[in-house]
Amino acid sequence: MSVRWLVADTWTLTLRAFSHWARQPFVLAVGVLFPVLVLLMFAYLLRGGYGDDYPSILVPGLLALTCVFGLETTMTAVVTDASRGITARFRSLPMSGAAVVGGRAVADLVNSLAGLAVLMACGWAIGWRIESGPADALAAVGLLMLLRFSLIWMGIYLGLVAGRPEAVASVQILVWPLGFLSNAFTDPDSMPAWLAAIAEWNPLSATAAAARELFGNPGWGGDSWAATHAVELALAWPILICAVFLPLAVAKYRSRA
Amino acid sequence: MAYGEKMAIVAEGLRKSYGETEALAGLSLEVPRGAVYGLLGPNGAGKTTTVGVLTTLVRPDGGRAVVAGCDVAADPGGVRARIGLVGQHAALDEVLTGRQNLVLFGRLQHLGVARARARAQELLKRFGLEDAADRPAGGYSGGMRRRLDLAAGLIRSPEVLFLDEPTTGLDPRSRSEVWDSVRELAADGVTVLLTTQYLEEADRLADRIAVVDGGRVVAEGTPAELKDALAGDWIEVVLRERDDVATAVALLGRVSGAEPEVDEAGLRVSAPVRDRMGALAAVVGELDAEDVALRRPTLDEVFLELTR
Repeated sequence: MSVRWLVADTWTLTLRAFSHWARQPFVLAVGVLFPVLVLLMFAYLLRGGYGDDYPSILVPGLLALTCVFGLETTMTAVVTDASRGITARFRSLPMSGAAVVGGRAVADLVNSLAGLAVLMACGWAIGWRIESGPADALAAVGLLMLLRFSLIWMGIYLGLVAGRPEAVASVQILVWPLGFLSNAFTDPDSMPAWLAAIAEWNPLSATAAAARELFGNPGWGGDSWAATHAVELALAWPILICAVFLPLAVAKYRSRA
Repeated sequence: MAYGEKMAIVAEGLRKSYGETEALAGLSLEVPRGAVYGLLGPNGAGKTTTVGVLTTLVRPDGGRAVVAGCDVAADPGGVRARIGLVGQHAALDEVLTGRQNLVLFGRLQHLGVARARARAQELLKRFGLEDAADRPAGGYSGGMRRRLDLAAGLIRSPEVLFLDEPTTGLDPRSRSEVWDSVRELAADGVTVLLTTQYLEEADRLADRIAVVDGGRVVAEGTPAELKDALAGDWIEVVLRERDDVATAVALLGRVSGAEPEVDEAGLRVSAPVRDRMGALAAVVGELDAEDVALRRPTLDEVFLELTR
C-alpha cells in the first residue's frame, strides 16, 4: 500500500470529519465551548483566595485540560464507528489501513487547535496575556498539541478495546479526578503531601506548568523536581504515552479478530 | 476453463476458535461463479465467522480460502479489491447524507472525485434513493438503510458480494425489495454469498444452499436436492373428524415407517414416504379422509431435521 494512498485516504477521512462538523455544528460548538464554561466558572465563581493573577494561572491549566478532554472526543468517534460496523467495512475495503487511524488523528488535532484558539481568545478577554515572545508561545502551543496527539492514540486504543458507547461514559467520569488532581486549578502545595506528589507528576500538570512557563505566565512555584522540570516532563510524558499506545492502537486496528 | 476459474469461492477445512468456543470446525465450501449461494443455519452456527474469513476480516486458525482467485491469507489486498461486503448492521455514517456516504466509500476505494460522484448518483437512482439522497442516513427507514448499505457494497462493481443476513429485522415489504435487488445483481453475473436464518429466503434466492451447523457444512445442494435428499415426498391426510386421528396415525406410521406428525388443529396428519403410489393407495382404501395429497417437504422440515 503506497504512501500516496495513505495520504489520499487520510485526507478523505479528514474531510469526512469536517462534513460531520458542518452537519452538526451544535455538537462542535458544545465541545469547544465546554472548556470556556469551566474557565468562566473557576475564574469568577471558584477563584477562592487566589488574587488577580488567577486567570493568568488558570488559562494555561485549562488549555492543558482541554487536551485531556480530547481523549473522550477521540474515543467517542472510534466507538461510534466500531459499533456501527463502519470500521469493519473500512477494513474490508482496499484502502490504506493506517489512514483510518491517520484520518482520526488529523481531524482531532484540527478540532483541538480550534478549541484551544477559542479558549485562548476567551482567556484574553478576562485578562490572560501571552507575556513571552512568539517562539516561546508557539512552543507552548506545540507542547499542548503534543499532549493531545499522544492522547489520540490512547483514545483509539481504548475505543477499539471498549467497542461499546457505555464505556466512554466511564472514561468521562475518570477524566475529572485526573483534571482536579493536578496543578490546573490549584496549587499542589495546598494538598496533603502524597496527593501533591501525584498532582505534580500528573502529565496534565507537566503540560500546564510548561505552558505557563513558555507563555510567561505566573506559576505556582514549588521546588520539587517535577515542578522545576516542567518542560522536560511535558515532552517526556506524551512521548512515553505515544510509545505505549501508538503501537497498541495500530496493532489493535490491524488485528483480525 | 480451469477449475479455479469456475469457482468464485473455494474454502477448505476452515477452523476458528474463540477461546473455548469453536466457531468453525473444518468448514469447506465451493461457490461457482455467478451463483447466488445461501449459507443457512441457526444463530451461532458459524455463518458470520465464515463471511469474516472470506472477506479477510477474521484470520482463520486453520484451512485455506480463495476468493475471486486470490488467497485470503497471502493476498488479502487482492481479495478486498474484488469483493463487496454488506454486514449484519447497516454500516453507514448516520450523520452524512446517503450521497455523502456513497461518495465517501467510493473515494476510499480510490475512485476519483468526479467518478465517485457519478457512481453515487447511478446507485442512488438504481436503489430508488434519489429523493432521500441529500438527507442524513440516520433518518432513513430500515429498508432504505439496507438499500443504501447494499449500494455501498456495489460501488466498485465487485466480482463477489457478501451479504450477511441482509434482511434481518426488515419488514416484509423492505425484505422483498432487498430480494429484488439481489436477483438483479445475480442477473448481472455477480456472485452472491448470502447468509440467512430464514429458510424461505434461502429457498427463494439461492441457486445452491449449504446448511451450516456447529461450524461445519452438514448438507449442500440445490434447494430441490436438499428436500429430496432428506425425506423424499410426504403424504398428508386431512381428516373430517378428530376421532379418526388415532387410526390415521397408525396407518401412516405403518406405510411410512416413521413417526407421523399431527398439526395443531389435529385434523392434518403427515409422514414421509418412499413408495408414493403404494402409500396413496393404502390411505385412500382404508381411510375416509377429506383430502389426501403427496407433497415435497418444506425447507423448514429439512432444516430442523439437519440441525437437530
